[in-house]
Amino acid sequence: MAYSDKVVDHYNNPRNVGSMDKARTDVGTGMVGAPECGDVMKLQIQVNTETGVIEDAKFKTFGCGSAIASSSLATEWLKGKTVDEALDIKNTDIVNELSLPPVKIHCSVLAEDAIKAAINDYRTKQGAPVAAETVAH
Amino acid sequence: MSKPIYFDNHATTPVDPRVLDAMIPYFTENFGNAASRNHAYGWAAEDAVEKGRKQIASLIGATSKEIVFTSGATESNNLAIKGVAEMYAEKGNHIITAATEHKAVLDTCKHLEKKGCRITYLPLQGDGLIDLDMLRESITDKTILISIMYANNEIGVIQPMAEIGKIAKERGVLFHSDAVQACGKIPVNVIADGIDLLSITGHKLYGPKGVGALYVRRKSPRVQLTAQMDGGGHERGMRSGTLNVPAIVGLGAACELAQQEMAVESVRLRGLRDRLRAKLEANLEEVYINGSMEHRLPNNLNMSFAYVEGESLLMGINDIAVSSGSACTSATLEPSYVLKALGLGDDLAHTSIRFGLGRFNTEAEVDYVAQKMIDVVNKLRELSPLWEMFKDGVDLSKVQWTAH
Repeated sequence: MAYSDKVVDHYNNPRNVGSMDKARTDVGTGMVGAPECGDVMKLQIQVNTETGVIEDAKFKTFGCGSAIASSSLATEWLKGKTVDEALDIKNTDIVNELSLPPVKIHCSVLAEDAIKAAINDYRTKQGAPVAAETVAH
Repeated sequence: MSKPIYFDNHATTPVDPRVLDAMIPYFTENFGNAASRNHAYGWAAEDAVEKGRKQIASLIGATSKEIVFTSGATESNNLAIKGVAEMYAEKGNHIITAATEHKAVLDTCKHLEKKGCRITYLPLQGDGLIDLDMLRESITDKTILISIMYANNEIGVIQPMAEIGKIAKERGVLFHSDAVQACGKIPVNVIADGIDLLSITGHKLYGPKGVGALYVRRKSPRVQLTAQMDGGGHERGMRSGTLNVPAIVGLGAACELAQQEMAVESVRLRGLRDRLRAKLEANLEEVYINGSMEHRLPNNLNMSFAYVEGESLLMGINDIAVSSGSACTSATLEPSYVLKALGLGDDLAHTSIRFGLGRFNTEAEVDYVAQKMIDVVNKLRELSPLWEMFKDGVDLSKVQWTAH
């Protein structure tokens, strides 16, 4: 399968690889997928609790090149957004940006799920109600 | 070193230049139809075909009259299995095969299942070998055929042919083997192995694509087949169709070369394969070999690189041609059914790479591939949340995953 230039770029130079301390209350962690499905994404955000702005984002992904690129792109997009703005990121935005073929759409869905899971985790830690649409599917 | 480096010789092999040289005159000056009995063009073509038949027969310990030309191993497998099922329908309707056969065998069996045949798909042991006791117990008085591949195309595991042949003989059941990966790589002898039908193809042993053969035993027992292609009655009525003379010349020449060079070549390839394995094992932890190393083709290595997904691995080694058992690399989006049949979890199947070494590979290429694999696996592990959890001592089998 041929990959788009943007997927190749994210694969070769993944942005924001790493891990944060998931015990911290200003850090939200989302881990989605399963090893037997061939992809697992861990996405973490560090939020300014005063302003609600995501100041840092990190990821680690086990999965194909498109899964790596989707999560790498997600961390780029998350930084500087407020938590509420981050919830507006849709998997279709990722599909369009990376020119993902139909068989790789699930990678973008996983990235959206990871974003929501991370925000949920952050909000839970902050004692805020959890958004309804973030139920795993 | 020319790139990409080709380590996918189980998929196909390049035509050996010596094979090509033998073929070329049969496209141009010797273009005759081997069935033309009344002029020199036809005689020249027929002579070439008979020489090819002899060369193929010699490689597998058969006689040339037992060789039927086909378009490749898929057709040979179809002809053998469907041909036996139809011809021996009065005797019985039960066929025994194994879960890790090539799709050309499995899908042929599934087709027959719909037509009223009963098929037993033998499971495999963890090392990739079939259980001979289970084979014995599966045979009934309705069993007409056992079809077990000689060596597997993914894990290179060689089945105990002579033992299977003996069991088949004792019970009066015919024995077919898809031997495309074994022929030309290891000694194959239809007499010693007790094989009644054997499929072979040109393009896995440095011959051309689009040509193959089916060995059909003529003595003790004389095997009969119902033809699957109607027409001019070529190939003793078993396979009609004008013979592909240049390709047959190529297949014959490839078999002769393989026979002459096998002893030396197999030692060389085993050395290269073992070198690759040793380098990978010495420099990477958490790598696992899939299938028996003892009963294995000399040119095969199939390894799982835990915590690194196969397709992303292939993407990182894009100047090396290999294949993966990962679902992402298959048309069905399912991980390798061969690896799953060994009892391998989906997680490890997703991380597997098959290396198939061949005649034209060098030690320098092995060293390059090994180093590249080590670099890319290490890089991807730095990216892998599973690797991080493993390193932190987390038992991944106990984690609650959000499977979707």
